[in-house]
Amino acid sequence: MPPSDNRAAPAAADTDTPDTGSLIVFDQVVKRFGDLTVLDHLDFSVAPGERVTLIGPSGSGKTTILRLLMTLEKVTEGTILVGGEPFSHMRRGDRLVPASESYLRARRKTIGMVFQQFNLFPNMTVRKNLTEAPVHVLGLGKEEANARAEELLDLVGLSDKIDAHPTQLSGGQQQRVAIARALAMRPEILLLDEVTSALDPELVAGVLDVLRTVAETTDITMLCVTHEMGFARDVSNRVLMFDQGRIAEAGAPEEIFGDPKEERTKAFLRSVLDNGY
Amino acid sequence: MEFLIERLPLYLEGAWVTVQLTAGGIALAFVLAMFFGILGTRSGRFPRAVSTVYVEVFRGIAALVIMFWMAYALPIATGFQLEGRFAAILAVGLNLGAYGAEVVRGAINAVPRAQVEATVALNMSWSQRMRLVVLPQAWAQMLPTFGNLSIELMKATAVVYLIGVADLTAVAQQMRQGTGETVLAFMGALVLYYLIAQVMILGIRLLERRANRRLGRIPSDGGGLLGLLRPPTPAAGGGK
Repeated sequence: MPPSDNRAAPAAADTDTPDTGSLIVFDQVVKRFGDLTVLDHLDFSVAPGERVTLIGPSGSGKTTILRLLMTLEKVTEGTILVGGEPFSHMRRGDRLVPASESYLRARRKTIGMVFQQFNLFPNMTVRKNLTEAPVHVLGLGKEEANARAEELLDLVGLSDKIDAHPTQLSGGQQQRVAIARALAMRPEILLLDEVTSALDPELVAGVLDVLRTVAETTDITMLCVTHEMGFARDVSNRVLMFDQGRIAEAGAPEEIFGDPKEERTKAFLRSVLDNGY
Repeated sequence: MEFLIERLPLYLEGAWVTVQLTAGGIALAFVLAMFFGILGTRSGRFPRAVSTVYVEVFRGIAALVIMFWMAYALPIATGFQLEGRFAAILAVGLNLGAYGAEVVRGAINAVPRAQVEATVALNMSWSQRMRLVVLPQAWAQMLPTFGNLSIELMKATAVVYLIGVADLTAVAQQMRQGTGETVLAFMGALVLYYLIAQVMILGIRLLERRANRRLGRIPSDGGGLLGLLRPPTPAAGGGK
């Protein structure tokens, strides 16, 4: 995997042929909810270790991309490959058939996700939130899982909250625990779905600082849906601007934010800035 | 008063039978409710159909009829004679288990979708998701209704004298027939049924309080044993 300070954009956004060096490949992916087409023959790929930010107006399909990768949704048409293996489908002979649950579990082992609403488990303490999945899913020993939990809570600055209940934490603290919980599974790919959108403004910086640290100290591939343009500019290698289920524009953050070509991108960035993000 | 005190041992014997029937019925109903309730939340058509059939059949038939069937029809149909108490436990257990299954199904479905998605993101299997996340959260929601159903079940055992089981009601009946003291005879049963119900309510509240504490909902009445005499106040600061 490339070191994290590699800020060059490794793959072009609209490759027609899937790049074999890519960790994630979307090949002609269509997602419809009833009559509504959310993703419209989408092609893009992400290289290992790359940090990609997805921006665009709401309803443009950004979150759906993350949810497809987390297997929370199924593709309508097209193929998603992760690590060269089909993700939404599995190989049977030379055909691709819809993936079984056990196949999905094997594929999503490398993927973690942080949600807009944190989704911590209220029936567990912070410690249990961080250790139950590593113990039961990864088969880690209790002590090892505990040590890892303590290490991660230290990273997110919440060591003193290890025995607290999620309900006793602020939104920002809950989200930092949720980031630690995702990292406890040692993901290769981390999906961040508007992780600061549900937070009070004064709590946003703390969460973004944690994510900057993660970006600087690990080589985890990150896909990030956000309205935090400053964060996107700092952390990402590449920015994808979505509009109506397609990529309207893609490029390095300096290009997209500094010199956007597309009128839609300009309009979107103007509206985001006007809203005080 | 003397009338009752003299006959207290007899009443207690009957009450003990009622308690046994209730405990057995609750145990059976609980297992059935969990099994068929969880089955009813599976995505497959077959498990859901099995669950629906159980619920609709045993919810639709009065416990009394099931009991008569177990006690009188089954021996004729199969030549297999069930012991009276066993037939009674089966009858109330099957009946209330059907109600319970719907409670379990509803409580599981009421666990927020986001919680399930979080278990997917942590790559949990179905059984891990159920055991670690969904059931512990649904449990708090099931408990109040389980409490009501348990008391319903206890009261439903009051008909077992009809198949010759000597429970609390049977004792009162005998007492009335033997002495003609109708008012006093049933007064004794009334008080004992009430006491049994109160103990059950207390137990359920204890469980509810524990479940809410586990979900990080601090009881706003400050807890304490006296707090158990009041129904739990709506959860403070917790989810649903």
